[in-house]
Amino acid sequence: MSDLGFTRSEMMIVAAARELAGQHVCFVGVGLPNIAVNLAQRTVAPGLEMVYEAGVFGARPARLPLSIGDPTIVTGATAVVSMWELFGYYLQRGLIDVGFLGAAQIDRFGNINTTVIGDYDAPKTRLPGSGGACEIAINAREVFVIMRQSARSFVREIDFRTSPGNLGGAEQSEAIRKAGGWNGRGPTVVVTDLGIWHFDETGEMRLDFLHPGATLDEVRATIAWEPKISAGLETTPPPTAEELRLVREELDPEGIYTK
Amino acid sequence: MPGKVASMHDAVAEIVRDGDTVAIEGFTHLIGFSAGHEIVRQRKRDLVLARMTPDVIYDQMIAGGVARKLIFSWLGNPGVGGLNAIRRRIEPAALAGERPLEIEEYSHFGMVARYTAGAANLPFMPLRSYFETDLPKANPLIRPIRSPFSDEVVYAVPPLRPDVSIIHAQRADASGNTQIWGLLGAQKEAAFAADRVIVVVEELVDESVVRADPNRTVIPGIIVDAVVVEPYGAHPSYVQGAYDRDNRFYLDWDPISRDEEKVQAWLREWVYGLPDRAAYVEKLGAERIASLRPGPAPSGSVDYGSYR
Repeated sequence: MSDLGFTRSEMMIVAAARELAGQHVCFVGVGLPNIAVNLAQRTVAPGLEMVYEAGVFGARPARLPLSIGDPTIVTGATAVVSMWELFGYYLQRGLIDVGFLGAAQIDRFGNINTTVIGDYDAPKTRLPGSGGACEIAINAREVFVIMRQSARSFVREIDFRTSPGNLGGAEQSEAIRKAGGWNGRGPTVVVTDLGIWHFDETGEMRLDFLHPGATLDEVRATIAWEPKISAGLETTPPPTAEELRLVREELDPEGIYTK
Repeated sequence: MPGKVASMHDAVAEIVRDGDTVAIEGFTHLIGFSAGHEIVRQRKRDLVLARMTPDVIYDQMIAGGVARKLIFSWLGNPGVGGLNAIRRRIEPAALAGERPLEIEEYSHFGMVARYTAGAANLPFMPLRSYFETDLPKANPLIRPIRSPFSDEVVYAVPPLRPDVSIIHAQRADASGNTQIWGLLGAQKEAAFAADRVIVVVEELVDESVVRADPNRTVIPGIIVDAVVVEPYGAHPSYVQGAYDRDNRFYLDWDPISRDEEKVQAWLREWVYGLPDRAAYVEKLGAERIASLRPGPAPSGSVDYGSYR
């Protein structure tokens, strides 16, 4: 815990949840997105329809799901469907506003790797792979990403493209997405433990908010390219007492996500 | 016992053969741990194991030496971390010259589409995924295809037709008519796609129970070869309404799975050293089992009507 009264993970989760204000249907990815989206439903987006790839539309989990297939996402949900229906009729049909993903590696254009570190056929580290992320990145109308910053994760070139972002830049991405009939326009925000990034007109990440206590030197030290920093860079408003209470007491009392 | 009811030993001995492609489906929910353990116990070999999320059960089975190949879409210990026994058989640094586990990788939608094509007896299934990704390069069975009705290009995946699919469920009758509630994953598709099907249930019910609520039947007995009755057979995963995921087990597996000797010791203690699931449940203890019991949340009932 910093002397700010909250941890960087807590700030990251709170900032990510706030990004969902005004959104209607969110596909919840594995890991950090799970707690961020559940916090959003309890704060800025009470009407948010949470969609889980396991086959749930309109989840109302009474506890933070331990995984994206927890029984609490079923009890009280609007609909439980087969995964064929979930991916076909809900995602591919175009009903998902936001796909919320985590990532192991990301590049400046928001292309994501969750498959391997190193060569695919002889990996240094074998990661989980796509799960539903590949089709979420293509078919959700926009994609939010939440991940911690490090020079190993914010890289010049990802080792494997599991989930497409803005490809080689905005112009190319828009052309390919339009020609290919994708539902999604790609990533729009990346929330990290240091700040909030949006994508500029070239399709590249730009730091718009720096979290309280974080510095630009830290940002540059945890990213493998020279990052774009907004001329109007702002400080992220710190977590409110209520946001912290929800994270600490209701959602993650054991500190699994926030340590 | 009438119909297709069999012991797990007999069902696995007769229905699962060395070299088979075996799918134990159940997405986080209803994972067939007891069936997986029996396959390890009977030392089946050279299996091709298919599953969207291999989960801890395939980490254990692959450590038990039953598989030569894995077909999957998300390789992790959900909510905890990696599947370390499998990783050791894929990452060259850990292999020390041993032959690696063969892998064939898709996304979830791709795996679901494969089962669906298999279930419906189709030569492929198209889907809007994989565009501009490296997955088709990693797996040449993911191929682009032009629509016969327009210039649109989508990706296609081939059918997956397991020799054996094994599905855990809340209940079935002795003919194998099987009812599931909660997450449905791709169990129906995996069952219809398979040549042979083993259903493992928490409860054997009379046919009249099934007929009173036919909308809840996911797998009809006509495609089922054996019904195994094994309460708590999905532990440490969960069964909606019956028991919760034993998260402590998933957390404890992480340090065990990082050490091959500990994995083998675990298999000796909990699989090879026990005759069956009943012994496993007894060893686990009544207190641990009771701690997983959820509170009640019954569905309302519907009236199907009587039409004479």
